[in-house]
Amino acid sequence: MSAMSDTALQAVPATKARGYWATVGRRIRRDKVSMACAIILVLIFASALLAPWLHLADPYQGSMIRRLRHIGTPGYPLGTDELGRDMLARLIYGGRLSLVIGILPVIFAFVIGTSLGLVAGYVGGKLNTAIMRTVDVFYAFPSVLLAIAISGALGAGITNSIVSLTIVFVPQITRVAESVTTGVRNMDFVEAARASGAGPFTIMRVHMLGNVLGPIFVYATGLISVSMILAAGLSFLGLGTKPPEPEWGLMLNTLRTAIYVNPWVAALPGAMIFAVSICFNLLSDGMRSAMDIRN
Amino acid sequence: MFAYTSRRIVYVIPIVLSVALVCFLLVHITPGDPLVAVLPADASQELAAQLRTAYGFDRPLPVQFGLWLWRAIHGDLGNSIATGRPVLTEVMRAVGNTVMLAIAAAMIGFTLGLLFGLIAGYFRDTWVDKVATSVAIAGVSLPHYWLGMVLVIIFSVQLNWLPAVGAGPGGSGAWAWDWEHLRYLVLPAITTSVIPMGIVTRTVRALTGDILSQDFVEALRAKGLRETEVFRHVIKNAAPTALAVMGLQLGYMLGGSILIETVFSWPGSGLLLNSAIFQRDLPLLQGTILVLALFFVLLNLLVDIAQAAIDPRIKRS
Repeated sequence: MSAMSDTALQAVPATKARGYWATVGRRIRRDKVSMACAIILVLIFASALLAPWLHLADPYQGSMIRRLRHIGTPGYPLGTDELGRDMLARLIYGGRLSLVIGILPVIFAFVIGTSLGLVAGYVGGKLNTAIMRTVDVFYAFPSVLLAIAISGALGAGITNSIVSLTIVFVPQITRVAESVTTGVRNMDFVEAARASGAGPFTIMRVHMLGNVLGPIFVYATGLISVSMILAAGLSFLGLGTKPPEPEWGLMLNTLRTAIYVNPWVAALPGAMIFAVSICFNLLSDGMRSAMDIRN
Repeated sequence: MFAYTSRRIVYVIPIVLSVALVCFLLVHITPGDPLVAVLPADASQELAAQLRTAYGFDRPLPVQFGLWLWRAIHGDLGNSIATGRPVLTEVMRAVGNTVMLAIAAAMIGFTLGLLFGLIAGYFRDTWVDKVATSVAIAGVSLPHYWLGMVLVIIFSVQLNWLPAVGAGPGGSGAWAWDWEHLRYLVLPAITTSVIPMGIVTRTVRALTGDILSQDFVEALRAKGLRETEVFRHVIKNAAPTALAVMGLQLGYMLGGSILIETVFSWPGSGLLLNSAIFQRDLPLLQGTILVLALFFVLLNLLVDIAQAAIDPRIKRS
């Protein structure tokens, strides 16, 4: 009983004093799972970014006599790959490319999809029909198939795989952005802005963007997990970067032949993809429930 | 019901046409000429021009699209550059294996997903819920091609229980419904089932929670209905949405099988797509994608109709 009144006493002035985003931020910081995921992600990002200063072995330098060492070999904490290169160094350096090709498509799609959805939802009418029917066409393809079809037609390469994944995610974000915008469009404050003489561009940029960005952002964070898996998957198929470049998907592919010799070293790059993907998923879930203040 | 069904079928026609257009354009966004793959590197200008006329690549794009579409409607998707056989024959032979894999995976994934989802939704915020939600989120975050590798490491390399690759001791052409062959299906099917399992669990959990908090459930309980009876109502109300999600997932399994089929060398449409990409076999690439996308559109149509059949409210909207 006393505990209940305690939290009630604390909660009331807190929600009144803070703005919406401050409350959301506070709720996320209190969520242990989200914070753990955020810390893991920060560690992975920081090590990828600071890789050259971490005194790691050369990720490109192989050795024919030290191939496929086991995890825990002195000098090679995570063993060596099929060409005798240090796995720890390759996993950390591999994060640079893997994170970029996994996250960039979502950022591009976020910018393009939000703009398209905002315009479609605000302007409405024929423009809405044109944009949304085009989006529907891309929904007629399973996303993996679409990514592979575009990437396969364009040919292997990092740029092509980023382009193909961006094309896969733009329709999804556009749909979310359009439906959120349509919900906000008829609210009184938009009407008030229009009555006070604001043009459509100003209304969209100043009055609507801030109100629609939150839900779209949460949706996009959830897509990063899919994007990481698909981007590494394209590399795994040989449609991404080329050897000897360290990249998790490609490393998984080249190590496939080693599963009979040293299976657990071969599985390591996939574990990295899994870790990043599940952390983004949990973080996105945490953000979604933190932003749902009414509950 | 008839009016709804026919209206839905009419809506599908523009979608099918635009899917065909995207598949057609795929070949034309390829860098350089679509002929690059066919032409020998030292081909003369005349030969190139001759081939371009023979394939019709010298005509305007809309005309090419019209001709291609006309032939496609008649079941002619051209010939594979690598094997010379008709694309449609190649694709149809492979699709059978993909359908078999997808259905096996669906049986595993949907059963577990429904079970976990209902239990988690019903016992919300208990430890059962936490376990089921964690399994579900792990399922949707797993790189499935990696899971395939890990399963091969455990069950083929270390325990030697199940075969690592292929579709039976007799190769791809000799499938039989006995354990000797079904053993080959186990690992690919489990691998494929993980993502749909996770997504169905999450959907059904959310649905069950929402339905249980509605007023009519309170009324049912007040009326004195047993919990099993209440549960029956929950299932009936969750069915249309759950069905839609499962239909979509089945479509994703059919169309997105390339990674798993590559890991397990499963001779389905995904493996065919893989070889089409790396042999630059553009007619085969185009044909496979067209057939898979049409399967997906058809499946969505069937799901819509089935959904309307079990939920009369949908027909009116």
